[in-house]
Amino acid sequence: MPLETAEYLLALPEIWVLGMACLILVLDLFIRDDSRILTYLMVQATLVVAALITLAVQVPEPVLAFGNTFISDGMATLLKLFIYLVTGMGFLYARPYLQDRGLFKGEFYVLGLFAMLGMMIMVSASHFLTIYLGLELLSLCLYAMVAFNRDSGTCSEAAMKYFVLGALASGMLLYGISMLYGATGSLEIAAVASAIGAEEGSSIVLIFALCFIVVGLAFKLGAVPFHMWVPDVYHGAPTPVTLFIGSAPKIAAFAIVMRVLVDGLGGLVADWQGMLVILAVLSLAVGNVIAIAQTNLKRMLAYSTISHVGFLLLGVLAGTPDGYAAAMFYTITYALMAVGAFGMIILLSRAGFEADELEDFRGLNARNPWFAFMMLILMFSMAGVPPTVGFYAKLSVLQAVIQVDMVWLALVAVFFSVIGAFYYIRLVKIMYFDSPTDEAALQSNPGLRAVLSVNGLAVLGLGLFPGGLMALCSAALL
Amino acid sequence: MSNLPLLSLLIWLPILGGLLVLAVGERAPVRPLALVVSILTFLASLLLYTGFDATTAAMQFEERLSWIAAFNVFYHLGVDGISMPLIILTSFTTVLVVLAGWEVIKERMAQYLAAFLIMEGLMIGVFSALDAVLFYVFWEGMLIPMFLIIGMWGGPRRVYATIKFFLYTFLGSVFMLVALIYMYNKAGGLFGVLDFHQLQLGLTEQVLIFLAFLIAFAVKVPMWPVHTWLPDAHVEAPTGGSVILAAIMLKIGGYGFLRFSLPITPDASMELDWLIITMSLVAVVYISFVALVQEDMKKLIAYSSIAHMGFATLGFFLVFSILRNTGELSGAAMGIQGGMVQMVSHGFISAALFLCVGVLYDRLHSRQIVDYGGVAHRMPIFAGFMVLFAMSNAGLPGTSGFVGEFMVILASFKANFWYAFLAATTLILGAAYTLWMVKRVLYGEVTSDKVAKLQDINGREFLVLGSLAVPVLLFGVWPAPLVEVMQVTIENLLAHITVSKL
Repeated sequence: MPLETAEYLLALPEIWVLGMACLILVLDLFIRDDSRILTYLMVQATLVVAALITLAVQVPEPVLAFGNTFISDGMATLLKLFIYLVTGMGFLYARPYLQDRGLFKGEFYVLGLFAMLGMMIMVSASHFLTIYLGLELLSLCLYAMVAFNRDSGTCSEAAMKYFVLGALASGMLLYGISMLYGATGSLEIAAVASAIGAEEGSSIVLIFALCFIVVGLAFKLGAVPFHMWVPDVYHGAPTPVTLFIGSAPKIAAFAIVMRVLVDGLGGLVADWQGMLVILAVLSLAVGNVIAIAQTNLKRMLAYSTISHVGFLLLGVLAGTPDGYAAAMFYTITYALMAVGAFGMIILLSRAGFEADELEDFRGLNARNPWFAFMMLILMFSMAGVPPTVGFYAKLSVLQAVIQVDMVWLALVAVFFSVIGAFYYIRLVKIMYFDSPTDEAALQSNPGLRAVLSVNGLAVLGLGLFPGGLMALCSAALL
Repeated sequence: MSNLPLLSLLIWLPILGGLLVLAVGERAPVRPLALVVSILTFLASLLLYTGFDATTAAMQFEERLSWIAAFNVFYHLGVDGISMPLIILTSFTTVLVVLAGWEVIKERMAQYLAAFLIMEGLMIGVFSALDAVLFYVFWEGMLIPMFLIIGMWGGPRRVYATIKFFLYTFLGSVFMLVALIYMYNKAGGLFGVLDFHQLQLGLTEQVLIFLAFLIAFAVKVPMWPVHTWLPDAHVEAPTGGSVILAAIMLKIGGYGFLRFSLPITPDASMELDWLIITMSLVAVVYISFVALVQEDMKKLIAYSSIAHMGFATLGFFLVFSILRNTGELSGAAMGIQGGMVQMVSHGFISAALFLCVGVLYDRLHSRQIVDYGGVAHRMPIFAGFMVLFAMSNAGLPGTSGFVGEFMVILASFKANFWYAFLAATTLILGAAYTLWMVKRVLYGEVTSDKVAKLQDINGREFLVLGSLAVPVLLFGVWPAPLVEVMQVTIENLLAHITVSKL
C-alpha cells in the first residue's frame, strides 16, 4: 500500500516529537553541565511546537492512516493537547528539584519526551499493535525514569517492582490481544468491532480475551486489585518522576480504555460493564480507606489516585456518550490536580530534604499563606467539594451513572468520597491549624511559583466556569 | 423594578470584599474595610425589602444566565417571601460578627474577616439559588470557610470539632446530590428548582428523595438524633463562628425543607410527616432536658438552639395532620409561618446569647457557669441585655421568641392535642434552663476576685447587643412586617403541597 503525504501530515506531531527527541539526545552530549538549561528550553519549545502542529493538522472527521493503524480524531487532538500541557508543567516543576540534587541531566528530559511520544501513539492508535507499541514505549521510559536517581536504593527497588509488575501486565494485555486475533481474525480496532457485532452472542474465546485485556488495562490504570505497584512506585520514585507518572500517563491510559473497550469491544459492553463495576467499587473502597492510614503524602496521593481511577471507571462503565465525556473530563481535571499536588511537594522540598511527609506541611499557612491556599484548593478539589473543578468531575460521572439507572453505584461512590474527604481535610488541618516546625524558605524558582499558582487558580477557575471544558470533552467524542 | 442585579451584588460584593481583605493583608487596616463591605452589603439587602412585592408568590429579582451548557445548568437567582427575610438576617448578622471580632481576634485578622465575608456571600447564594447545582455549590462551598473558622480560631478541641462538623455535613449533603441528579434525569435534563417543583414522581421515588433530603437538612438544622456535631462545633468555635452557625447555618436546613422537601415530594412528606414531627418533639422535650444539665454556657445555648429549631420543623410539617384532622388549611399556614418567624427570631436571639457569652468569655476566658456569679453587680448594663435575650429565649410575650412559638403551638392544637401539649412544655423547660443559667451567672453574691474585677461592656459591645435588642423587641410587639412578606408565598406553597403528585 503506497503511503500518501497526507498520511504523514496526520502523524506530524508524533514525527516532530520523535525527531526532536533524537536531536536533543545527540545535542545534549555537546552541552556542558552549566548550560544544561539549553536542553530544558529545547524540550519545552518542542512541546509548544508540537501543540501548534497538533492544532494545525486536526481534522473535522476521524481519519485513519497507515493501513488503519493510526487515527486522528477529536479525542486524540484534545487529549494530546492536555498531555503536552501536563508534561510541560511536570518538566517545569522538575527543574529546580533536579538542579538541587545534581540530577539535572539531559536524560531525564529525553526519556520524558520519548514517554510522551508513547502516550501520543496510544491516544492515536486504531490498531491493537499500535496500542501495544505506544504502551511499551511509555512504560520502558517510565521504568528508567523511576530508577533515575541511580544511587538511591528505594528508587531502584521501586523501578524493579514497577518493571516486573508492568511487564506482567503487558504480558496479560498481549495475551488477550492474541486471543482476540484468534477469535476475530483482525487486530484493527474497527474490524474487531464489526466482527464482534456480526456474531450472535459472545463466544467463550472473546470473553476470555476480554478478561485478559481488562486485567492488563486495570494494571496500567492501577485499579484494585491490580494496584499493588502504585503506592510503592509513587513513594520510591523521585518526586518529579512521581508527578510525571501520576498525571499525563493517566490521560493516555484513559485513551486506550476508550479505544479498546468502547471502540473495539463495544459489542461486549454487557460483559465488561460488570467487570468494571467490581474494579470501580473495589478501587473506591480500598483507595479511600487505606489512604487514611498513610503518613507519607506521596503514598497518600497514590491511594487517592486509586480511588480516582475508581471514579473514572464509573464514567466508562455507564457505557453512554455522557459517561465517556464525564470520564474524559474527570481524567483531564485529575491530571491537573495531581500535577499541582506533587508540584507542592517539590515547592516545599530542598537539597537534602524531601517534604513528602504529611508533617512537613505543618503550619504552611503561617509560612506562606498563598501556597497554603493553593494546596487547600487542590485538596478540596480532590475531595470533590465545590466550587472547585473536582466537584464537577464527580458530578458529571455521577450523572452518567444515575442516567443508566445505577443509583446504588452512585450511592457507593458518594459514600466513599465522604470517607475520602477525611484525609484531604486532614492535610488542610495540618496546614492551617498546626504551628509550623520547619521555618525554612520554600523553593524560590519564580517559574515554579508562577505556574503552581496558575495551576491552583485553574482548578478554582474551572470550578467557577466548567462549561467550556465539559463542552470540549463532549464535542471530542462525537 | 430596577435592572440592577441586586442578588448577584449581594453574593459577590462580600466575596470580592473578602478577597480584597485577604489581598491587602494583615498589616493594612482590614477591620474598617471589612466593616464597610459588610455594611454596604446590609444596606443593599435592605433594597430587597423595599423593592419586594408582597402580593405575589412568584420569584422576584430574578437573574438567569446560562452557566454550564453541557448540563443545562443556569446561574439562576431569585427570592420569594421565604428566602428574602433570611437574606437580610444573614447580612445583618455578618455586620455584628465583624464588629464582635474587632479586638478579640488577635491572630490572622485578615483571614478571619475574609472567611466571614466570603461565607456571607455563599450563604446569601444558598438562599437565592434557584438552580440545584448552583444551590449545591453554595451549600457545600459554605463548609470550607466554616471549617477554617472553627479550626483556626477555635478552642482547645477545635480540630476534633471542626472535622466532625465537616464530615457530618458532607455526609448529609452527598446523598442530596444523588437525589438532585436523579431528578435531573427524571426532568429530562433540567436542574431548575422550580422545574423540580412541577416534576411528577411516584411514591417510592418520592420517599427515597425525601429521605435523601432529610439526611442533608436534618444534619444541618440539626434535628435529633443527628445533632451531636452542633454542641461540639459551638463550644469550640470562636464567638463569631458560633453566631453564624446558630443564626444562619441552622436556618439553611429549615429553608431546605421549605424549598425542596415539601414542594418536591409532597406525598412523601405526607406519608412521613409523623417521622419529622416525632423528631421535632423529641428535640423540643428531650433536648431541653439535656440543656438543663449543661455546665458550659455555650453548650447550653447550643442545645437550646436544637430545641428551638425543633419548633420550626414541627411548624413546617403540621400541615398534613391539620388537613387530616380538620379538613381545612386555615391553621396550616400558621404553622409554617410560625416556623419561619421562629427561625428568624431565633437567628436574633441565639446570635445575641452567643455574643453575650462571648463578652463574658473575653473577660474571664471561661464558659463554665460555676466560674461566674454576681456578674450583674459589676456589669449592670450587660446584665440588662442578657436578661432581655434570656427572656426572649424563654418565649416571654412581647419578645420575638414568643411569636413564633405561640403560632406553632396554636397550629399544633389544630393538629393534635398531644403535639401541642408536648410542644408547650418548652415554655416551662425553656424558661427553666435559660433563667436558671441567668440566675447562676448574673445574680447572687460576687463569687470570685475575677468577677469582682469585671468591667461593664464598652461602646462597641453596647452597639452590637443593642442592635440585636431592637429587632427582638420590635418583632415581639409588631411581627406584621415579617409575617406579611411571607404570607402569599406560604399560601402558595400550601396550595402546591396539598395537590398530590401521584
